[in-house]
Amino acid sequence: MNIIEAKGIEKVYDEDKVPVHALNGIDLNITEGEFTAIVGPSGCGKTTLLNILGGLDHPSKGIVHLANTDITSMSDSHLIDFRLQNIGFVFQAYNLIPVLTVRENIEFIMLLQKADKVERHLRSSEMLEQMGIADKASKRPSELSGGQQQRVAVARALASKPKFILADEPTANLDSKSTAQLLDIMAEMNRKEQTTFVFSTHDQRVIDRARRIVRLDDGIVVDDHVAEHA
Amino acid sequence: MIVKLAWRNIWRNRRRSFITVTSISFAVILALFMRSMQLGSYERMIDNAARFYTGYAQIHANGYWDDQTLDNSMEFDSTLMSEVDGMKGVEITVPRVESFALASYGSKTKGAAVLGIDPLREEQLTRVKSKLISGKFLEDGDKGVLISEGLASYLKMGIGDSLVLLGQGFQAMTAAGLYEIQGILKFPIPAQNDQTVLMNLSGAQFLFSMEDRITSLALVIESSDDVDPVVTDLEQRLDTAAFEVLGWRELMPELIESIEIDNVSGRIMLFFLYLVIGFGMFGTFLMMTQERKYEFGVLISIGMKRRLMQWVVFLEMALMSGIGVLTGVAVALPFLIYFYRNPVYLSGESAEAIEKFGVEAAYFFSLDAEIFINQAWAILIMALILGFYPLLVIFKLKPVKAMRES
Ligand SMILES: Nc1ncnc2c1ncn2[C@@H]1O[C@H](COP(=O)(O)OP(=O)(O)OP(=O)(O)O)[C@@H](O)[C@H]1O
Ligand SMILES: [Mg+2]
Repeated sequence: MNIIEAKGIEKVYDEDKVPVHALNGIDLNITEGEFTAIVGPSGCGKTTLLNILGGLDHPSKGIVHLANTDITSMSDSHLIDFRLQNIGFVFQAYNLIPVLTVRENIEFIMLLQKADKVERHLRSSEMLEQMGIADKASKRPSELSGGQQQRVAVARALASKPKFILADEPTANLDSKSTAQLLDIMAEMNRKEQTTFVFSTHDQRVIDRARRIVRLDDGIVVDDHVAEHA
Repeated sequence: MIVKLAWRNIWRNRRRSFITVTSISFAVILALFMRSMQLGSYERMIDNAARFYTGYAQIHANGYWDDQTLDNSMEFDSTLMSEVDGMKGVEITVPRVESFALASYGSKTKGAAVLGIDPLREEQLTRVKSKLISGKFLEDGDKGVLISEGLASYLKMGIGDSLVLLGQGFQAMTAAGLYEIQGILKFPIPAQNDQTVLMNLSGAQFLFSMEDRITSLALVIESSDDVDPVVTDLEQRLDTAAFEVLGWRELMPELIESIEIDNVSGRIMLFFLYLVIGFGMFGTFLMMTQERKYEFGVLISIGMKRRLMQWVVFLEMALMSGIGVLTGVAVALPFLIYFYRNPVYLSGESAEAIEKFGVEAAYFFSLDAEIFINQAWAILIMALILGFYPLLVIFKLKPVKAMRES
């Protein structure tokens, strides 16, 4: 079943009256349980596409269905609620709330979803365990390494059991060891909890781990294939 | 959780929060001192004026205050007096006959205010006995009079001399009498010192042919807060067609007016003080908002409602302002209580210079709750207005843009 259906997506930024065509007609379907990388050179439109798929930005043209819901015409506050209930986000950096502890950060979305205390605690404990950062539960994000922080960000996104997770260059700021660890965890969670992952990258080591690779160039899909190792 | 988040956010930039909170505290302390001193001096002035002569309230025959003639006097009703005496908040009532007459001795003549008083009761209100500089104070039944020092020296009179009073009595009767000076009083206020003649109530009633009548019944009231309830109570008990009841605001309109004018200048100073503090607070709120745009963007992306985020930020501002106000009050209060109990009396040349203007050379402080409540409101309302900025920023924030620009 398709969890993401994007049809004819175009995006034109007209900053200072000089229009920038970031996306030029993209069709993309993502089915449940995928582990997909959006790849391509800098400026090809990866971030723009992920933002539109996540309902953070509106396409200039085209329709986006997420979990069988048309989000293109949703109001801002409905979209916020839709994201809360359905989508997990991981950004390149500075994802976490600096004044909350690691555990509180992981529980934050569940809290917004009004999950009860016991449930939050159980789930965050489970996540801390999975991410291998159980000993950091009561630390502040600033006391963690970049790789650990990104694992907390993934844990936070996963904790609320979203329909899918969008991660824009989650490893861009990480060294190769942390990158490998983060990908191990993402792959593991994808396998164990059947969570759909869509992430962007231009790092070949990350591309190698994806099961499906969607290549963009100049705002169009130039290649879309299933990796040989999958 | 929301409170926890807001609380921790305040301590994110300890130095800035500390500066903001302390500057609010300082403003509050300064404002409290200013207002406490200002209102304290007003209270003292009113108290002095009331104690000095008028009392906190007066009962007259209806119409007397606008047309102060003996024809507008009232019957002296001792049951009324004892009823008022017994009222809650009333210490004592002070009956008076107040009129004018020409005072002469030898070849000199001068207009004088002639007051008929009940010496014991009058003493409770004006402590007039302490003004006696020579001779003997009035007692019930004394036929003699007390004369103010200025008038005595103008008329070149001394103790034992006989003063002629000539004027008009009740219903146009002639008022004339010869009185022995039994004491001399010195009043601090020249207007009073130059023209006062004091005698027993019965003597004045006889002089002015107004047996059993008085012009006013002044009230000594326990505290100024009791004045309004007492006045209202009296207005209900008394036949308002026959009587009028006036509180101190109506009894000393000039004083109240000058206080109000002075009060405006105090308020203007406060306004500027708060303006300065307001800019400081706005600076903090501005930075707090600007540097967190990325974070706001992330939070909106992951599904935090704008309304909720606005709450957090609003709470932060309210908490900071609240802490500032509370610290300010906590610091100022002990000092104000101390100064309230121990007014600061000036001495030496500066004191003399001030006393020349007929003002007491001392700083008095007020602990009126209104002073504290007003400062708290001022700060909180300001925080509320300034807080619109971050709330607006959050309302309009586009997460993608906010995150891209940071
Ligand atoms: N808010 C914006 N306003 C104007 N132009 C934009 C905006 N966001 C992106 N662009 C432009 O759109 C194009 C696609 O940008 P986008 O950020 O999606 O690329 P990307 O593939 O994520 O690049 P990178 O690998 O550098 O992150 C670029 O030319 C970029 O300059
Ligand atoms: Mg990008």
